[in-house]
Amino acid sequence: MIPEIGQFALIIALCLAIVQGIFPILGAQLNIRPWMAMARPVAQGQFIFIAISFACLVYSFVTDDYSVLYTASHSNSLLPVQYKVAGVWGGHEGSLLLWAMMLGLWTFLVTLFSKNLPDEMVARVIGVLGLIAVGFLLFLLLTSNPFERLLPAAPDGRDLNPLLQDFGLIIHPPMLYMGYVGFSVAFAFAIAALIGGRLDAAWARWSRPWTIIAWSFLAGGIGLGSWWAYYELGWGGWWFWDPVENASLMPWLVGTALIHSLAVTEKRGAFKRWTVLLAIIAFSLSLLGTFLVRSGVITSVHAFATDPERGTFILGFLILVVVGSLLLYAWRAPKIGEGGKFELVSKETMLLVNNVILAVMSAAVLLGTIYPMIIEGLASVGLIDAVNKVSVGAPYFNAIFVPLLVPLVFLVGMGPLARWKKADMPDMVRQLRWAFIASAIFAVVMPFLMGGWSWMAALGMVLAAWIVTTAIYSLRARFKATNAELPWGHRLNAIPRSFYGMHLAHIGVAVCIVGATMVSNYMSDKDVRMDIGDTVTVGGYTFRFDGVIETKGPNYTANRGLIRVLQDGREVMTMEPEKRVYTVQTMPMTEAAIDTGIWRDLYVSLGEPVSGGAWSVRVYHKPFVSWLWTGVILMVLGGVVAMSDKRYRVMARKEKKAKAEAKIATPKLATEKA
Amino acid sequence: MKARYKRMMFIVLGLVAVAAIAALILNALQSNINHFFSPTEVVAHQAPQDRTFRLGGLVEVGSLEREDDGLTLQFKITDNAEAVTVKYTGILPDLFSEGQGVVAQGKLGNGGVFMAEEVLAKHDETYMPPEVADALEKAEDAAAQGAAK
Repeated sequence: MIPEIGQFALIIALCLAIVQGIFPILGAQLNIRPWMAMARPVAQGQFIFIAISFACLVYSFVTDDYSVLYTASHSNSLLPVQYKVAGVWGGHEGSLLLWAMMLGLWTFLVTLFSKNLPDEMVARVIGVLGLIAVGFLLFLLLTSNPFERLLPAAPDGRDLNPLLQDFGLIIHPPMLYMGYVGFSVAFAFAIAALIGGRLDAAWARWSRPWTIIAWSFLAGGIGLGSWWAYYELGWGGWWFWDPVENASLMPWLVGTALIHSLAVTEKRGAFKRWTVLLAIIAFSLSLLGTFLVRSGVITSVHAFATDPERGTFILGFLILVVVGSLLLYAWRAPKIGEGGKFELVSKETMLLVNNVILAVMSAAVLLGTIYPMIIEGLASVGLIDAVNKVSVGAPYFNAIFVPLLVPLVFLVGMGPLARWKKADMPDMVRQLRWAFIASAIFAVVMPFLMGGWSWMAALGMVLAAWIVTTAIYSLRARFKATNAELPWGHRLNAIPRSFYGMHLAHIGVAVCIVGATMVSNYMSDKDVRMDIGDTVTVGGYTFRFDGVIETKGPNYTANRGLIRVLQDGREVMTMEPEKRVYTVQTMPMTEAAIDTGIWRDLYVSLGEPVSGGAWSVRVYHKPFVSWLWTGVILMVLGGVVAMSDKRYRVMARKEKKAKAEAKIATPKLATEKA
Repeated sequence: MKARYKRMMFIVLGLVAVAAIAALILNALQSNINHFFSPTEVVAHQAPQDRTFRLGGLVEVGSLEREDDGLTLQFKITDNAEAVTVKYTGILPDLFSEGQGVVAQGKLGNGGVFMAEEVLAKHDETYMPPEVADALEKAEDAAAQGAAK
């Protein structure tokens, strides 16, 4: 009964989404106020029905209803309850339902926090979001119904993949999807602006906080995924250039460009067309990511069960969205005027170069990700000779990212200090010379402190130090510019939050660079065969293997290794890596033991039993690895601080006042142009 | 004149940047593409001698041998027609087992032994039973062979 309610709720949500996608947009075009006014209540209703549907699926997981095919395939009665709930998005159908619910949630938030926007704008934005929802709800109902019944019901579920039975599954997908789907709001704003012909500084100010928060969620989601892979896959890697990782990185890179481009559009009215194009691309890449994951066209650790029908649907939807929005862009963009002029050396130019670099990075990732498909496609239509399947190795991505990162990071230091319109280069050089000298010294000293010279390490250090020193300089300069007669607290408060947020996020980038550089250059590891009592020394720590004991978890049995860690002959801790076998699927799982520290992680995982109580053991010493995720946290915090800037609220209040006055003056004001 | 000079600067700098980036990407792509070969193709000397490539198939049942150090392993990858011996030092991924699908990345060494630098076993969302994996691999191998001809 409950699953049928869930499915029915989904159908109602689809009907509401269709209404939401048609009437508000038409209403805005034809200036029919009641149609525009439908936008909010219909969108809210749509969200409520998807939420009901989602709750029904959670219910069938929690109550072990194995007459539902999806539940039977992704859960088991022995599964701890938190994983039953998270198991809802552990497979294709449920994670797609989560996608749809996130879209509903974002739309719901737009209905709440858009009181100050012109009605036409709100109607169009919500309408566009409705059209996207139609696509995804249709996809769910036609190809991926999570409520499909299994008759006769299975006696018990097939269990959730043991890799997914982890805290990471509970938070990583929802966070990532919030980010992915969040770009749909920026997209909807861009499309609404194209339809309405209104694309000005005020428009940029409306879409900026939405874009920043979506970007923050995506950053957090990617960071969580990386952290999860690090501790769960058992060999301590943190980024693999896996197609699905790339799929989330591409919209994030373009989103980063979009945030910066929106800043120019808001402050200087320039880059308008480019900003709109970036918003379209960011969302298209989100959809492309979905296509890559769902269609099974690419082999990946994330691969879901493949189904050509699903791939075709998503591909069709992707093409519809991309072609549709680009046609609209080609038709309407020429009507959008150019912004303010600027000199070759100016903040605008620097942000332009920043955008170009980020776009190139994203394009290079895209090329590397879909290259195998391109080759296969070209071969299948006979344009090139048939070749064996190819794959693009991780060194490709590294070879491109490092050289592009250098100018990008250089600009991170310069940009915030440069003036709009025309910057004074000699003056900037003079201002930043100490920052540069300090960074260079740091870069020379650090590798020796870490135990050996390495050009790559020095490069990483100079980049990180450059960001931090210039940020400090920039903050100090900004502080000096405030009224010196006021007390400290007031002066700090006079600096806008978006300024703090920007530097916080930039410093996050620096912290990430430190982590990545250090762990890539100074990591040490050993794969060893250990008999009971054997020791191995890695990174100044001695690990002694004291044997293995057998233990039992709720749905697995495990061999737990006891490894004592000694430093200078003193025992400092015991690490207990496990080798688990999950009973339902008889799938082995390595659970690494990790001791996290500020300066280093110790990471131990069990291989296989060798003979006579001996095991193969893998031991790592990973300097600064936790800085990678600390950096991501700083970026996310930077985003949150920036979007809480009071100018978005003050501006909103002013808009509201202006709107109220305008209403009095001309009750039927239409901002429609062209 | 000033405006024209400025525009020229933009264009020249832009072109230089585009050329540099294109060279960078193409060069990186050129040197990092790994081709996939099946055991049959490796036995037929179709795989390169000095380049990294990927070898895929099933781990032949009963072929896994461990040397005394406990870490150096030897096993055979088969496509049910031919088999290639693979040597690997290190710890294998969780899902590695005899009869399962596997992809190894490395180079051909002396005597036709494949020296693997990396062994990838599939971490599938829905657990794939061996016979399904088997069927898939067979189909894949057939396709790869068909493509090679």
